Amino acid sequence: MVIFPELVLVAGALAFFAVSLSKTPDQNVIKYLAIFFGIATFAAACFSFSAQGILFHGTYVVDQYSQVFKVLIGCSLAFLLVFGHNPRGIAPRMRPEYYMFLMLSVLGLMIMVSSVELITIFVALELSSFALYLMVPMRDERGGVRYQMEAGIKYVLFGVMATGFMLYGMSYLFGLTGSTYLTDIIAFLAINGHQPVAVVAVLMVLTGFFFKLAVFPFHFWVPDIYQGASNETAAFVATIPKIGAVALLIRFLTVPTGHPQFLIELMAVLAVLSMFYGNLSALVQKDLKRMLGFSGIAHAGFIILALMTMTSEGYALAIYYTAGYVVMNLACFLVICSLASEGQNLSIKDCNGLYKRQPVLAFTMAVGLFSLAGIPPFVGFMGKFMILTSALRADYLLIVCLAAINTAIAIYYYLSVVKAVYTTDPENRPAVTVNPFIQISGIVLASLIILMGIFPAKLIDFVSTVVGILP
Amino acid sequence: MDLLLIKEGFPLLTFLIFLPLAGAVVLLLYQGEKFARLWTLAITSVTALFSLLLIIGFDRSTPKYQFAEVYDWIPRFDISYIVGIDGISILLVVLTTLIMPFCVLASWKYIKTRVALFMFCLLIMEMAMIGVFVALDFILFFIFWEFMLIPMYLLIAIWGGPRKVYASIKFFIYTLAGSVLLLVAIIALYLQTGSFFIPDMMWQSYTTIFQVLVFLAFFLAFAIKVPMFPFHTWLPAAHVEAPTAGSVLLASILLKMGTYGMLRFCLPITPEATLLLATPILWLSIAGILYGGFTALAQQDMKKLIAYSSVGHMGFVTLGIFVLNSRGLEGAILQMINHGVTTGALFLCVGMIYERIHSRELSLAAGLGKYMPWMATFLVVFSLAAFGFPGTNAFISELLVLAGAFEYSIVLALAAIPGAVLAAAYMLRMLQKVVWGGVNNPDQSNLTDLTVREIVILTPFLIFVFWIGLGPQPFIDLMHTSVQHLLEQFHGWHDQHQVTATLWR
Repeated sequence: MVIFPELVLVAGALAFFAVSLSKTPDQNVIKYLAIFFGIATFAAACFSFSAQGILFHGTYVVDQYSQVFKVLIGCSLAFLLVFGHNPRGIAPRMRPEYYMFLMLSVLGLMIMVSSVELITIFVALELSSFALYLMVPMRDERGGVRYQMEAGIKYVLFGVMATGFMLYGMSYLFGLTGSTYLTDIIAFLAINGHQPVAVVAVLMVLTGFFFKLAVFPFHFWVPDIYQGASNETAAFVATIPKIGAVALLIRFLTVPTGHPQFLIELMAVLAVLSMFYGNLSALVQKDLKRMLGFSGIAHAGFIILALMTMTSEGYALAIYYTAGYVVMNLACFLVICSLASEGQNLSIKDCNGLYKRQPVLAFTMAVGLFSLAGIPPFVGFMGKFMILTSALRADYLLIVCLAAINTAIAIYYYLSVVKAVYTTDPENRPAVTVNPFIQISGIVLASLIILMGIFPAKLIDFVSTVVGILP
Repeated sequence: MDLLLIKEGFPLLTFLIFLPLAGAVVLLLYQGEKFARLWTLAITSVTALFSLLLIIGFDRSTPKYQFAEVYDWIPRFDISYIVGIDGISILLVVLTTLIMPFCVLASWKYIKTRVALFMFCLLIMEMAMIGVFVALDFILFFIFWEFMLIPMYLLIAIWGGPRKVYASIKFFIYTLAGSVLLLVAIIALYLQTGSFFIPDMMWQSYTTIFQVLVFLAFFLAFAIKVPMFPFHTWLPAAHVEAPTAGSVLLASILLKMGTYGMLRFCLPITPEATLLLATPILWLSIAGILYGGFTALAQQDMKKLIAYSSVGHMGFVTLGIFVLNSRGLEGAILQMINHGVTTGALFLCVGMIYERIHSRELSLAAGLGKYMPWMATFLVVFSLAAFGFPGTNAFISELLVLAGAFEYSIVLALAAIPGAVLAAAYMLRMLQKVVWGGVNNPDQSNLTDLTVREIVILTPFLIFVFWIGLGPQPFIDLMHTSVQHLLEQFHGWHDQHQVTATLWR
């Protein structure tokens, strides 16, 4: 069963399709199906963790590298579906379709981490993107909320633009090498990587990945999509696609072995600009999701900083950081989703007095935010520290200093949420009741954040051996 | 690793770090108010008792790091869990553990809301503070150093006074901003030496420019924590708004981390830069002493007055450190302890007054002495100690620091003298107002004197004031070998590297 997790996702999508055919689908069935398929995907990914195989004429590789990412994706999906089993922002009659598209989108990402050929990559990317384009405007219109439509259109337009660039770049690569297989392209670029046409081609392909990762200047969709999409969709957009994007970026960056200096310098500039843009814009946000969106741009900058060292250590750190980032964001979105009783958007003020209204959620939120801010001993700090170490080892002193300064900028907006959560009175905001499932997943996420931060050694060693086997 | 005396058997330092953490975890599970108070008192007392074993087992004749423990942690980045203490850190560790139970007692009645969370924060603080003083791995140090901001922030932001939000955020951002470049400096040092073990980084031949950059990064972080003039602006805000226990922790222990950092890191890791930049830092210390004194003289708020006096007192510490002779250094370390004892006690006194009159205004507290004789007695002793009255503890340390300063430069020492006079002026002014007042005192006849609990809290501070004041030798013995060793190494390093130093000049 080499592609077991993929098959589970297909089964899940089909099951939800079947449910959607019924005129009045039973909400309980949908809920339990969602939880079941979330956990089943995770279990399947763990089950086929050590699977190896090459499928479909060598376009689809199942190796240690892809399986690590599949476990990460499966794990995040399980958390997402456990705490998002009652997506309040989605009208009940839409939920079967919503979950179907969610499964398809995740399927696209799973295929993406395994594909080693340009057309497969493209198909996987589009499968995941198109499902997402549809999920964004699916938000319930009950409260007269209409900006999800604007967000959806924006997402499609920007997404298609980025895809267009990527396809164009891919056509160049095909024209240069006569092959769509990454191995052939690697062999070609190792010799001719410095040629202008090759650089242009690589850059245009990178555009597509940077768009998914929300790196400056391909970030314009982020704040509006985070704000416009329902809380559960935003939680998805903020987490799982980033895993796929990082997986693909690493596979692709091992390509230009010559590593033209130009490319590295460009990435350095993008990393620093992402951090400053994201953090400075986040400072003035009132909407919680929008703020997290901008913080996501800043974190993407850190991931690029790890990648630009172009060493296997840097790649391993990028994976570790991304995994940590996903866990932290899941923790924050878990709280947001449970707090928004009507599925509405939350402002920072809506968190007032959360410590009294729901102590477990308050704790989860605080741990997640302090970790995002990079305070030890949480995973956000460890990731940041090791990335800075590896970047400084590659002699980027100025960039490291700028990145460190960004930590100090970022603390302000994270702290303003913690302040609302812990130091203000609830006034007359109601208590939040959540079921024990959500409380437990909140505690599990918080403990993951702490444990990954305190004991990173095994994890990073493992990931770097995995990265080491890449061609 | 021949610098370490490995502790066989019971891992005492690890126990001291993690007992408070374990206690805090228990508080997460069960949160009864009464239980939280008693439990925290028990945990902090046990920690304090066990820390006395450090004093008993401490070998005064060696400058090595004792009670050391070494475990691998993140081998990929050469990070290990290494703890150990020497003569510089032992007094600070014991000060921390001994002061904690009194912080708990002082908060017994003062904290009425969310008691369990408060005690949780106190225990986490204790863990981080001990960790900072015993860590010998730079990343371990940094983790404790930064992590501490979270509980301290919560202590100020939840249980603080009216402007708690402003004060707590200012505290957090100011200290965090100071230490971001510290992290970069740590990484840079690691890339030079290939180890995060702090003694491995000491006494190396880095280039001058590298030393200066690292020194500046260190200095910014530590000077903000001390706080040295002109980085002190977060301190009065944080002190005034913090609850009593928070003020005591800030004054007695947190501020010492800055000066401890200078001693532990600046001097041995960047000796050349230390010598190069000592003069401006000494004058900043003088500026701090005078500025703190003059500002304290003008305050109407008792906590603000003591906060500004801290700026002055800590100026003496940095003065003692950067005159770079044994009198100065020993005076500086002793001054850290003394400031911890007296200022901590003064904040406790102010907290007790505040619990009665619900104000910290000098004019509203005027004339207390008639109705609160016990309070007046304690306040008089601690105030006298704060300005270095002979026979009290601060006299010894300020004398040593000034003697060291005279050894270094007469002009400098003369410039510091007015600071001592100013200290007497603002302390006596406060004392006069609070204890005696004037003709238009507010009616204080409804006030009750100190309770037994409060007397129990203050008495140990009183004992230490006189013990260090009259017989400081045992305390100096503890640190003497380490200080001598540090200075020998420092001068030895400069003898070896004289060529570069002269070239630079």
